[in-house]
Amino acid sequence: MDSMQPPPAAGYTPAANTPEPALTLLPERGTSYLRHAWQDVLSGMKLARLGATLGWLDIKLRYRGSILGPFWLTASTAVMVAAMGVLYAYLMNMDVHKYLPFLTLSLVLWGFVGSTLQDGCTTFTSASGLIHSARMPYSLHVLRATVRNLLTVAHNIPVVIVVFLWFRVAPTWSWTTPVACGLWIVDSFMATLLLGILGARFRDVPPIVASTLQILFFVTPILWAPELMKTGQDWLLLDPFFPLMEILRTPFTGDTVKAAVWPAALAWSAGLTVFTFALFARMRARLAYWV
Amino acid sequence: MVGITVRDLEISFPLYHGNARSLKKTLRNSLSGRFTHDERERVVVQALRDVSFTLNPGDRLGLVGGNGAGKTTLLRALAGIYEPVGGSVTVHGHIGTLLDPSLGMNMELTGRENIRLRGMFAGLSPSEIRAVEEDVEAFAGLGSFLDLPVQTYSSGMTVRLSFGLATAIMPDVLLMDEWFMAGDASFRQRARKRLETLVSKADILVLSSHMADIMADWCNRLIWLEDGRIRMDGSTREVLEAYLGHPLEELDRKETAPDPILPQPDAPDSLLTT
Repeated sequence: MDSMQPPPAAGYTPAANTPEPALTLLPERGTSYLRHAWQDVLSGMKLARLGATLGWLDIKLRYRGSILGPFWLTASTAVMVAAMGVLYAYLMNMDVHKYLPFLTLSLVLWGFVGSTLQDGCTTFTSASGLIHSARMPYSLHVLRATVRNLLTVAHNIPVVIVVFLWFRVAPTWSWTTPVACGLWIVDSFMATLLLGILGARFRDVPPIVASTLQILFFVTPILWAPELMKTGQDWLLLDPFFPLMEILRTPFTGDTVKAAVWPAALAWSAGLTVFTFALFARMRARLAYWV
Repeated sequence: MVGITVRDLEISFPLYHGNARSLKKTLRNSLSGRFTHDERERVVVQALRDVSFTLNPGDRLGLVGGNGAGKTTLLRALAGIYEPVGGSVTVHGHIGTLLDPSLGMNMELTGRENIRLRGMFAGLSPSEIRAVEEDVEAFAGLGSFLDLPVQTYSSGMTVRLSFGLATAIMPDVLLMDEWFMAGDASFRQRARKRLETLVSKADILVLSSHMADIMADWCNRLIWLEDGRIRMDGSTREVLEAYLGHPLEELDRKETAPDPILPQPDAPDSLLTT
């Protein structure tokens, strides 16, 4: 095949001078399911810059024309924390100086969980235009949603900082914090992918997720500290959100992580990753037919 | 070498939503043959069956056929969007898709932002993206509209932008649906020049359209799809004559005549006049 560059006439951009890619598509069988799913994730990561830009533009567009823009989130979190912090500290007989930083961090993290899971359901259905316009890795859409949710939660960080400064809570720095953040990012990517697939196939998934989230909000120690449970705290490890909250929250509030929390967090994450990847491998080729 | 090979391609859509049994009964009477069920007893629509062909550099393939014949599905299968349920699709070369004027573009973003995103998707460097931007700007002739959201564009402007964009990143294989007719006559002239440069470089064009004159002008090979199967595959003239049911000379004579396929607005409607 000729590798000559086209004449610069007509104003064309010369294509990259690489050999033509070959695209061979067959019905999946055997290990090709896993291989192609892995390739999809890899090529999605190669387009990380595009995914990040798309996520950023989503935020920009969502708040175009609004005065406070994404800082509405900051404002509403601040008001909620102030109101709930004082009231619930009184109701639960807790020291405001200890309870309010805890509550702030919990609510901000839970806000991220909630938006990730709810947004996740529409990852692929809302990208149906892109999916039907050209072949692109599905993981790109997941990356876009993950970036969008991370940027959203980042707007709440000022509230956390102000509360921590106000009550003079000094976070204890440990090497586990970056690991915990990494685990949260991987988990949010996987949860978005999982719910994206389920949401594309079953249109009932968004309401199910919404009501499950509401239950989990009260069952998981978010408004209440796990220490309030006199006995049977280990049962909380069955709630996947509890160990994940703990690994990120406790170093900041100055508590120590219980021994079983990290293994539980890692086990839940591994389970989520394996299950999601298996489902993605099985269903990847069908996604375009569903959305 | 750039090329497309399609072998025994089968694409079918499962119908998940709605009552499969009653749906099956209704559909069996209306469109017998295309609704079957798979091994798990789900109702599926067979969009394409037993489609096989090979394209070589320089081929300009036209897809003709009525609504629902499978033209767009075939284009999407060639683009790798729908992966085959049976058979195989092999495409060598960079694929450019123009399947819908608005698809792939975010209507809320400006034209320029959309160009940048497309450049990033193609893996271009920032300086290459700027070159594409200038090229598309020159071709589309949108002026200051390029910095306005795409949703403020007229349909013709959207077409110019996406056509310029899809052809700027220089695909080896260009897959195009019929929507590009939304442009005005002068646009079609310019689009044609640009496409001819592409095709002259031994690349492949696959085009789907209802319009016979477009097909006669742009393509050197036609595939007539009917009910998801290839009804006829041959030279443009041969297939068009069979498809239209009259010799092609008639078409050549009536240069400015209304499109023979579309219903003519001033033709008396026999149902209404009687």
